[in-house]
Amino acid sequence: MPVASPTLDTIRAIVAEHRHLEGPMLPILHAIQEAFGRIPAEAVPAIAEALNLGKAEVHGVVSFYHDFREAPAGRRVIKLCRAEACQAVGSEALSERVLARLGIDWHGTTADGAVTIEPVYCLGLCACGPAAMVDDTLIGRADAERVLAEAAA
Amino acid sequence: MKVYVPLDSAARALGADAVAAAIRAEADRRGIDVTIVRNGSRGMVWLEPLVEVDRGDGRAAYGPVTAADVPALLDGTLKGHGRVEDIPFFARQTRLTFQRCGLVDPTDLDDYAAHGGLAGLRRAAAMSGPEIVAEVTASGLRGRGGAGFPTGIKWKTVQQAAADRKYIVCNADEGDSGTFADRMLMEGDPFSLIEGMAIAGLGVGATRGYVYIRSEYPVAIAVMREAVAVARRRGVLGPDVVGSGRAFDMEVRVGAGAYVCGEETSLLNSLEGKRGTVRAKPPLPALEGFLGCPTVVNNVISLATVPVIFEKGAAHYEAFGLGRSRGTVTLQIAGNVKRGGLFETAFGMTLGEAVEEIAGGTASGRPVKAVQVGGPLGAYMPRDRFDTPLGYEDFDAAGGLIGHAGLVVFDDTADMLKLARFAMEFCAVESCGKCTPCRIGAVRGVETIDRIAAGDPRAAALLTDLCETMKDGSLCALGGFTPYPVMSALTHFPADFATMKEAAE
Repeated sequence: MPVASPTLDTIRAIVAEHRHLEGPMLPILHAIQEAFGRIPAEAVPAIAEALNLGKAEVHGVVSFYHDFREAPAGRRVIKLCRAEACQAVGSEALSERVLARLGIDWHGTTADGAVTIEPVYCLGLCACGPAAMVDDTLIGRADAERVLAEAAA
Repeated sequence: MKVYVPLDSAARALGADAVAAAIRAEADRRGIDVTIVRNGSRGMVWLEPLVEVDRGDGRAAYGPVTAADVPALLDGTLKGHGRVEDIPFFARQTRLTFQRCGLVDPTDLDDYAAHGGLAGLRRAAAMSGPEIVAEVTASGLRGRGGAGFPTGIKWKTVQQAAADRKYIVCNADEGDSGTFADRMLMEGDPFSLIEGMAIAGLGVGATRGYVYIRSEYPVAIAVMREAVAVARRRGVLGPDVVGSGRAFDMEVRVGAGAYVCGEETSLLNSLEGKRGTVRAKPPLPALEGFLGCPTVVNNVISLATVPVIFEKGAAHYEAFGLGRSRGTVTLQIAGNVKRGGLFETAFGMTLGEAVEEIAGGTASGRPVKAVQVGGPLGAYMPRDRFDTPLGYEDFDAAGGLIGHAGLVVFDDTADMLKLARFAMEFCAVESCGKCTPCRIGAVRGVETIDRIAAGDPRAAALLTDLCETMKDGSLCALGGFTPYPVMSALTHFPADFATMKEAAE
């Protein structure tokens, strides 16, 4: 994930690019996270000012959604599906193995900053589970070796 | 030679990109003329990547294909399945909504039109708004997102509302485990959704639409965005929809990982840029929806079914089905199954037929213990309910719900207490927090199930009572339907809830 260091100018430019939309908040937040890998604290007052909202309202939105992170993720992000269809084909055992191998818990990042692991509730790969996603790469009938190899690639 | 390699997420997750790359490399090495089309999935996930080769005499199917199979594939010596249409799983289907999925190049509008696309929109463009709504009503189409509300009645409410602006919002926040029909459709035949939304716009007098797609579906987002751009360039969308003189345009929006945004009012809040909390109804979104304007909110499959209704006529569509469940249901067969995938059929097939005959039982080869129908908020159906026909009323009578028609199959190793606990835990994590029965109830539910597991004899009655409260007191289906999986597990599989207690005695 390409990560630039946030400046108020780039944040304002991103906000300006989207504010004409109906309901611009989520498109703005997605664009900011894509640019910086997170929603930096200084983005909150900038968005609030541009959209004529309170800072608390903007913070409320950022914190409501699982996708938006306030701290940067590791260089690679592993998402493992924990939903029912994947549970039916052994996702729990897969998760345990991957977590143990990385030595972290859900939402954790390895000490070297290489990998973050997140739970996900359904990737729509319910007929070929257990399902995983490493950054944008989808893995069906996943096993721990395959997931870890992809994250190390 | 034309080779079809799906771009569908499931096919990709099983190696389709590597196969496509290997075909390109091998064709270049041999110096032969090969056109690779990245189509949608034909829906037989156990055969993915399913590659079709057209040597000028029809499409022959092979699968699952690996990169190592590619030389034999191009030689014509790889063992295949013949035509896709002859594979029993496919041959038994009635494909209306999914008639083009996997057949066409997803973002080629001419290919779409050559396979019946746009015929429905052209017909609708010559009709008045009320005539369009009447056609949908006559088809008997009901909301495929889960609630099963008659689509025509919803459209009529929006059509009759007086307002300067109206909207069509497509709910593509397909967060339910065991469901992937929306994803497959958007990846494989995005124009049918666009066409359906345009017809809805002409019908109710809306000029603007949004597709709210969950962020977990990057492929669907990319394909939909490209298709919308093509449709706009070619005059299917814009100020003069297919030369009708009427305007309709639309935009793709991306969710941010909140399950509850699949609930329509929460989705509208999210689309407006707010926290995805649920709104109390009334007012109905049909009267006060997106930005307070009258809004049609329909699921992907409901809207993508509209073109075929207009292409073939309401009576043709209405002729399929059972009782008040008209037309086709797009079953998504998932979990521990031998043959998983998308199976479109008229309402009326029994659950057992779908699981045992179509899906061929479990992948593990062990007996089926339970099937969760309709997503994480649907009931676990035991084997003795396998004679239930797939229809809205029939499932309701059997203590379940058909929902989005996802079937998640579990073998006899499934621990139903654990699954019931997971349902409560999921509800606690995903609750929007607006109403107390859901926000607090789900947390108490997890604790109460833990008490059952620890052998507390009074806890089961408490759980039942709690579920009643959640069912009656929650604002939306998240809190209101979580009792379905929990209570069905407790009722149908009491042994799984008694083990700890008996062990202690």
